[in-house]
Amino acid sequence: MIDKLIMYLRYPFVTYALIVGVMIALCSSLLGVTLVLKRFSYIGDGLSHVAFGAMAVAGVLGLTNELLIVLPVTVISAVLMLMTGRNAKIKGDAMIAMISVGSLAFGYLLMNIFSTSSNLSGDVCSTLFGSTLILTLSVRDVIISCVLSVIVIVIFILFYNRIFAVTFDEDFSKAAGTDAGRINLLIAVMTAVIIVLAMNLVGSLLISALVIFPALSAMRLFGNFRDVTVFSAVLSVICAFLGIVISILAGTPVGSTIVAADAAAFIVCMIIGKVRGGTAV
Amino acid sequence: MAFLTVKDLVLAYDRKIIAENIGFTVNEGDYLCIVGENGSGKTTLMKTLLGLQQPYSGEIVFGDGIRKNEIGYLPQQTDIQRDFPASVREIVFSGLQAKAGMRPFYRKYEKEEALRNMERLDIAELSKRSYRELSGGQQQRVLLARALTAAGKLLLLDEPVSGLDPIVTKEMYQVISDLNRNGTTIMMISHDIGQALKYATHILHIGDMTFFGTCDEYLASPLGRMFTAGVTEVQV
Repeated sequence: MIDKLIMYLRYPFVTYALIVGVMIALCSSLLGVTLVLKRFSYIGDGLSHVAFGAMAVAGVLGLTNELLIVLPVTVISAVLMLMTGRNAKIKGDAMIAMISVGSLAFGYLLMNIFSTSSNLSGDVCSTLFGSTLILTLSVRDVIISCVLSVIVIVIFILFYNRIFAVTFDEDFSKAAGTDAGRINLLIAVMTAVIIVLAMNLVGSLLISALVIFPALSAMRLFGNFRDVTVFSAVLSVICAFLGIVISILAGTPVGSTIVAADAAAFIVCMIIGKVRGGTAV
Repeated sequence: MAFLTVKDLVLAYDRKIIAENIGFTVNEGDYLCIVGENGSGKTTLMKTLLGLQQPYSGEIVFGDGIRKNEIGYLPQQTDIQRDFPASVREIVFSGLQAKAGMRPFYRKYEKEEALRNMERLDIAELSKRSYRELSGGQQQRVLLARALTAAGKLLLLDEPVSGLDPIVTKEMYQVISDLNRNGTTIMMISHDIGQALKYATHILHIGDMTFFGTCDEYLASPLGRMFTAGVTEVQV
């Protein structure tokens, strides 16, 4: 089996998949902690459906670089969701459900009407579940993913203290002169970028798993923010790596294998947390 | 000049007026208790003073000695915080954000100052413990240390003893009173008029009727007599 793995690793597409997978897993887990603690987990879910709709529009328009449409549309939706998240006429969660289901239906409708592909359900399935997309990355895709990931990581580190402060207590941060609105905006934009990137890896339906699972696992085991963040990043990277390797060796779909690895890790962490007591919630 | 002068303030929530005719001054070293029925706008008043909400009308003037971000704030606990994975020191350090401004990381002497505040409030040995494992009283001390770290001159405390048992409540009042005696100006929302009268120098009563004055003046006023009627052990 090791031989087989080494043989596969010689192919550039496998290396690309591993690089991109690890980068995306790292970014998504960093923000996951904040999103889970702020009770914003569902925003990731909503945004991924928006990204699906945007992807369909890009496909219909015949754009070669889908990011040009998908990224701005998702970022704008993220900002709208966060801004209206509170005190809006239509309640935040209903609003997000509306946008996300709407764009899912709209996206599928567009794909159906305008599709030139002979394998429509295959296209839809790969957008929703990622399927083999990650193994068809071009060098340009890899560079774009890496650059965006590094930007997200650097911003996260630079704003770490303020992200923590705003996540823990928004009112206090505002009273202390921190522009909490701007930090929230930053979190929303970074989330959107990560979701668009992660669509390549696990497809739009499974993205939330990448954001939520590592954070929840880490929160079972650790009682301070720094350890939770670091552990969820490490765990997420390990799971993405294992998921990709297993999927290549066993021929399973990449996205679902990664998510299955994340879910398994969560169960292990939960059991350890229960047995150890103490820091477990 | 007073730390804080408020004139003819009208508070609104969702464009509905909830309290009017609020006027008071806070001088350095004062201990002001804000009392009133539930829903009378005490928390809204505090948030308005902090700039978290816009006043409907009226004037809020900060005096020479103090700027808006030199106020330490202890808000009511939120649901999010109860199971939040953060260590005591992480939370107290977050009080430094007022001083750090746009700087991404806190400086060493700033952290040392935060640690001194933890010692002052007797939570230094909890430094690495997780906030969610602490008792209610310990959690309030952590939030108080964070407020002190943000600003030591003026503290705005929103019901710092709510949900605490009687013994811990008494300790908490003692801690706040000690801070006041060491020069920190206190503004506190309280439900317990008896304790408020025991420790405070001034009372602000808001609601259908408003009152501002010293504790003695409050006890002598019709509003004060009405509101303290049920309190047996008023010690002035």
